[in-house]
Amino acid sequence: MRRIVVVGASAAGLAAAETLRREGYDGTLTLVGDEPLAPYDRPPLSKQILAAEWEPERLALRTPDTLAALDLDLRLGVAATGLEPADRTVGLADGSALPYDGLVIATGVRPRRLPGEGAHVLRTLDDALALRERLTPGRRLVVVGAGFLGAEAAAVAWQLGVHVTLLEPAPVPLAHAIGTEVGQMLGQAHLKRGVDLRCGVTVTEVTDAGVRLGDGEVIEADEVLVAIGSLPNTRWLDGSGLTVGDGVVCDEYCRAAENVYAAGDVARWYNPLFGTSMRIEHRTTAAEQGMAAARNLLAAPQARKPFAPVPYFWSDQYDMKIQAFGYLRGHDEVTVVEGDLADSRFVAAYRSGDRVTGALAVGMPPKAIRQWRQAIATGATWHDSVSTTVPAVES
Amino acid sequence: MKVELEADKCVASGQCVLAAMDVFDQDDDGIAILLEEQVGEDRLDDVKEAVAVCPAAAIRLVEQ
Ligand SMILES: Cc1cc2nc3c(=O)[nH]c(=O)nc-3n(C[C@H](O)[C@H](O)[C@H](O)COP(=O)(O)OP(=O)(O)OC[C@H]3O[C@@H](n4cnc5c(N)ncnc54)[C@H](O)[C@@H]3O)c2cc1C
Ligand code: SF4
Repeated sequence: MRRIVVVGASAAGLAAAETLRREGYDGTLTLVGDEPLAPYDRPPLSKQILAAEWEPERLALRTPDTLAALDLDLRLGVAATGLEPADRTVGLADGSALPYDGLVIATGVRPRRLPGEGAHVLRTLDDALALRERLTPGRRLVVVGAGFLGAEAAAVAWQLGVHVTLLEPAPVPLAHAIGTEVGQMLGQAHLKRGVDLRCGVTVTEVTDAGVRLGDGEVIEADEVLVAIGSLPNTRWLDGSGLTVGDGVVCDEYCRAAENVYAAGDVARWYNPLFGTSMRIEHRTTAAEQGMAAARNLLAAPQARKPFAPVPYFWSDQYDMKIQAFGYLRGHDEVTVVEGDLADSRFVAAYRSGDRVTGALAVGMPPKAIRQWRQAIATGATWHDSVSTTVPAVES
Repeated sequence: MKVELEADKCVASGQCVLAAMDVFDQDDDGIAILLEEQVGEDRLDDVKEAVAVCPAAAIRLVEQ
């Protein structure tokens, strides 16, 4: 292989490029990214950047020297617009075509939006800076969506002295993902600080005055942030023949087609550890998957390794650090196995079938969490891991 | 090679400990601690793995 193209210059794409070099690939390595900036990190956007604790320079994922040492053909500020697997070329917005022997797709996701103009979203550095400029004390912010992103932004805005209204269509925030009890506990964290969390509320559009709800009521706001999930960036793959369905569909090796791999938020792959296909929007998975995709791209077919990680996610809200391992979605049961929900210090274990498939911790030391990660990674049974004396909570 | 850790960037993910348990540990808040600053050839691959998987880009390897 003499020409490898990586499309998407963020966590997953950078990890893929670095791994290719580490594994000894010394051919042409093109990294294409539509953002003008060198690879930067997104999790701090809704945390330290929004809170104005960090300046943007701190987001750089690598120093200029480290990047230069990768000897990349770096194409920033230019989007990939098409893929022709038959000719093995990627078309770029500047009209050029990049030939490849191997391709890694790492184009991530973009925010879902609502009808109407003028709302903020939070995905890029520009988004974060535009919002932070408006979060001055006394202003009114409506956040639509109380998922992790919306909750983090609400918490930062509250800290900055902004009046925050947090609107969530579900009866309990994040219930489908982390269970009713844990979702309720996170909801309480907003309410007890005076953030106006309203659940079971559908927003139909953004207006000049604020947002309009399903029942016609208008909630007035100076700024609106829409945080209602995201959509995989796969439009450039239309007509390529690749299978796309909520992400680029891959096998357990992260392979989408011959010599074409996908990694990060955009990739939907089969995770053999959980026996299901998944698309994960977590920072650590993006890097791990970029590495796995790069290794499998270079490997002989019999030497490829399935990508079978325990997904890991963290979120900072107010004084809480939330950490989650595994695949919590679609769980059958949640049980608090250490600590107490009421103290905001606990570990909750998640059961799917007869296995421990997830764990979520708030305010717990690393050692208390590691054993649960281990249980998930080894496919431990629920019976063996969770003492029967622990009272179960319904999910 | 020398390992450098920017502890104020660390997000307590524990990924570095999984990659190289003899080089990294975590304090009670989960913040990473360096157990060894100098790593020899034999530990280099695992430390490079830690650099690559650290979600906060908080670890660096520097030549001396
Ligand atoms: C505000 C915020 C907070 C977050 N907080 C956390 C957190 O606390 N914990 C956690 O685990 N995860 C968090 N995440 C998620 C984490 O940042 C993502 O999982 C990670 O960035 C995914 O990396 P990626 O490389 O797959 O995709 P992305 O980071 O989305 O990168 C994809 C890149 O490809 C570019 N691109 C798209 N289309 C094209 C094209 N056609 N041509 C060229 N380039 C293209 C995009 O512009 C982008 O630069 C957060 C995300 C956001 C936005
Ligand atoms: S991998 Fe990085 S963020 Fe995670 S504990 Fe280690 S230094 Fe901290």
